[in-house]
Amino acid sequence: MSNSPIVSLKGVNAGYADEVVINDVNLDVFPSDFIGVIGPNGGGKTTLIKVILGLIKPISGEINWNKADGILHIGYLPQTNFNDKYFPISVKEVVFSGLMSKKNFIVGYKKKDEEKIHKVLELMGIPHLAHKNIGELSGGQMQRVLLCRAIISEPGLLILDEPNTFVDNSFERDLYDLLKELNKEMAILMVSHDVGTITSYVKTIACVNQYLHYHKSNVITQSQLDSYNCPIQLITHGKIPHTVLGDHNHNHSHD
Amino acid sequence: MIRELSSLFEYQFFTNALAAAVIANISCGIIGSYIVAKRMVFISGGITHASFGGIGIAYFLGLNPVLGAAVFSVLSALGIEWVSGKSNVREDSAIGILWSLGMAIGIIFTFLTPGYAPNLMSYLFGSILTVSKTDLWLIGALAVVLIIIFTRFYHLILFIAYDEEYARSHKAPVNTVKYILISLIAIAIVLNIRLVGIILVISFLTIPQSTANIFTKRFSRIIFLSIFFGIVGSTGGLLISYFYNIPSGATIIFVFVVIFGIAKLFKASQVKLSLKRQMKRL
Repeated sequence: MSNSPIVSLKGVNAGYADEVVINDVNLDVFPSDFIGVIGPNGGGKTTLIKVILGLIKPISGEINWNKADGILHIGYLPQTNFNDKYFPISVKEVVFSGLMSKKNFIVGYKKKDEEKIHKVLELMGIPHLAHKNIGELSGGQMQRVLLCRAIISEPGLLILDEPNTFVDNSFERDLYDLLKELNKEMAILMVSHDVGTITSYVKTIACVNQYLHYHKSNVITQSQLDSYNCPIQLITHGKIPHTVLGDHNHNHSHD
Repeated sequence: MIRELSSLFEYQFFTNALAAAVIANISCGIIGSYIVAKRMVFISGGITHASFGGIGIAYFLGLNPVLGAAVFSVLSALGIEWVSGKSNVREDSAIGILWSLGMAIGIIFTFLTPGYAPNLMSYLFGSILTVSKTDLWLIGALAVVLIIIFTRFYHLILFIAYDEEYARSHKAPVNTVKYILISLIAIAIVLNIRLVGIILVISFLTIPQSTANIFTKRFSRIIFLSIFFGIVGSTGGLLISYFYNIPSGATIIFVFVVIFGIAKLFKASQVKLSLKRQMKRL
C-alpha cells in the first residue's frame, strides 16, 4: 500500500455560520486505514465527515485530497435517510447515482453501468429489489441500497455515518464482515456510537469532541477516553461480539 | 352532435385553444412532475401570485404584461431559491410574504393606471379561447427547451432532486441545476397564466401529475402519464365548456379533478382485488 495519505487535514477549524464545531483537527487517512470515529452527540463527528466530503469548507486550516486520476471518489453512507420516502425513484436509480461524477453528468446508463449495478446489488443480497420504488423498502433494505450507492464507484475512501442505526441484527454482522472485505480495497472511516462493536472491527480510533484525539490502536480504555476528554461510556448492547476493550473498569450502569 | 363536433374544428379559435392545451400540457407534464416530486407546490403558488405584481407594473408603464410577469416571477423564483439555501430563514413564511406582496403590488399599480384595464380579468382567470399565434409559439418553444433539458440531464436532475447533499459530495453542479429549474418553473407558470389564469394555473402543474402518481412511482413514467392525463382532461374540458357555454379554464380543472377521482377509485378497487386474491392463495 502507498504511504501517502488519501486525505490529510492540518489544523482544521470548521463549523456553521456562528459556531466552530471542530477545532485544530489533524488527521491523515491512509489507503488501508479502518478508522472508527467516536464521540458524544454534538461533538463534531458529522461535521468532520462533511469537511472530508468537501460539503463544508474549513474556516481555517488545510485539507488535501490525494486525487490520483483527477477525481477522488469518496463513497458516503449518510446517517439517516431523512429523504422523502415517497420520492419517485427506483432502487436501481439510487444505486446508479453513486456513479455520478464530473465525467458523466450528462449521459445515462451504459451497459457497463448496468453490470456494475447488478454486481453490487448481488453483493448486498438484494438483486430482487432493483426495480422497486424506495417507498416500498424497509429501513434495513434502504440502508443496504444506500451502501450499494456508496461503494458502486469503487471509491478510495468509504465514509459511513452510524451504519448500524437501521440495520437489523442479522445483517449487522454481515455488514461488518463485508466492511472488513472492502477494507482490502479502500480506506474506511466509520462513525459509531456503539463503541463496543466498533472496536472489534476497526484498526484505529479517532475520538472527536471539538478536538480530535487519534488513538492508533483498536484497544481503548475508559481512562484513555477520559483523558481524551471524550465523555462516552464503554457499554455494549446486542449480540455482536466485542473484544478488545482493554483493561478498564466496566461500567454497566445505564443512565 | 358529430356534425357539430366536426364543425367546431373549423373554428380557428377552437383549434388554437386545442393546440395550446396540448402543447401546454407537454411542458406542464414535465415541469409539474418535478414540482410534485420535489414537493414544490407551495413555492409554485408563491411564484404564480408574485407574477401579478409584474403584470401590474407593466400595465402602469405601458409595457407588455406577459413580459412584466416573466421578469417578476423569474426574479421572485430565484429569490425563493436563494432564501431556501439559507438555514436561518423559514422558507414557507418567506413564500407567504412574496405571494401577498406580488398581489398587492399588482393591485396598486393597476389601480394607479389611468383608464380601464380590460384584460386584467383574463390574467386572473385565463382565456384559452383567445390565445394568439405568438402565445402558441412561446409555449411551443418552452416545451422544446424542457424536452431537451429533461432528456439530456434526466439522471442528474433526478439525483439532485432526490438527495442534494449526496449530489454535492459527488461535486454535481447542484446550485446551477436548481436555479435553472426554478427559472423554468417560473417561465412555465407565466406562459400558462395566459391560458388558465393566475388562480387556476397551479392545477395544470399538479392535478395530472398526482393522477399519474397513482399508477406509477417512476419519475419518467409520471412525466409521460401526466402529459396524457393533461391532454385528455383539457380536451374534454374544452368540449364541455363549449357545449354548455361555461368558462373553459374552470371546466378543464373540474375535469382534471374528476379524472383524478376516478383514477383513485379504480386503483383502490384494484388493490382490493389483488388483496382478495392473495388471501385466497393463503
